[in-house]
Amino acid sequence: MKRYFPYLLVGVVFGFVMIKSEAASWYRIQEMFHFQSFHMFGIMFSAIATAFVTTQLIKRLGSQKSLDGHTIEIPEKPAGRTSYIAGGIIFGLGWGLIGLCPGPVFALAGTGSMGAIVVLAGALHGTWLYGALKQYLPH
Amino acid sequence: MEWLYHPWPWYVAGPLIGLMVPIMLFIGNRSFGISNNLRHLCAITQPPNVDVDFFRYNWKEHIWSLVFVIGTALGGFLAGIVFANPEPVQLSQAAQEMLISWGFTQPGALLVPDELFHTSVRNFTFLFASGVLVGFGTRYAGGCTSGHAITGLSTLQLPSLFAVLGIFAGGLFSSWLLVPRMLS
Repeated sequence: MKRYFPYLLVGVVFGFVMIKSEAASWYRIQEMFHFQSFHMFGIMFSAIATAFVTTQLIKRLGSQKSLDGHTIEIPEKPAGRTSYIAGGIIFGLGWGLIGLCPGPVFALAGTGSMGAIVVLAGALHGTWLYGALKQYLPH
Repeated sequence: MEWLYHPWPWYVAGPLIGLMVPIMLFIGNRSFGISNNLRHLCAITQPPNVDVDFFRYNWKEHIWSLVFVIGTALGGFLAGIVFANPEPVQLSQAAQEMLISWGFTQPGALLVPDELFHTSVRNFTFLFASGVLVGFGTRYAGGCTSGHAITGLSTLQLPSLFAVLGIFAGGLFSSWLLVPRMLS
């Protein structure tokens, strides 16, 4: 169990930030999609910039070991286009409606929001549906 | 300790979220992303007589990821309940006016509007159905805001750019065309 502890700790920080940044707020998401505030864009841009600089640094340093002894590699997404665009649009439609993407859903569920738990139940069914229909979908 | 109660500005929250990417690499060479957990939860609960290929794998190799989202829920509890912000969400003037025109009497009073999240058949149908879109879409796209917009874009991956463009297009459509109609 000890080897999972760092993940728990980082997960707690992430959940805390999801709430304190108000990224889990339906209002903030509507405000973002209507370009009425810089807040959410500031979060996204500064998050991407931070991750960019730090992963570039890791790359430049060359083969580094992780805490559990693996060689750190920057993960590559499988090549493709259709599934990324189509899946993105479907996910975006849902996100625009309920203002919750998967990270904030878990954080909001932790506050005891029944609504967030219903969203999570729906998302699990959606995931299952994708698994069942995968072979019929263009990728 | 005041800072634990107040909302955090973007220039604090954003870099902290961005740091998730190198930290996850550093802990165990893991790719930061949340939505895979939905797949793992399906894999755990799939009854043997259903047996969809996509959920037939050794989910035990991904316990670290499930532990991460258990932490996320715990962090949500701490931030939303233990260190709850007593103030309403500080929305921009333009957003407040729009929300009032959509019929909300106290926009931003809580993190999410009671009108859409309180317990009712209508609300839960709406939340569940939208959740289905989120779950289906993220898996089809192979990731969500964390896996694509943050991990993917920051490591310069073209597939993630496609996904993010799709996500934003879908979100704009819902937010401009569906939400106002649904509320009126």
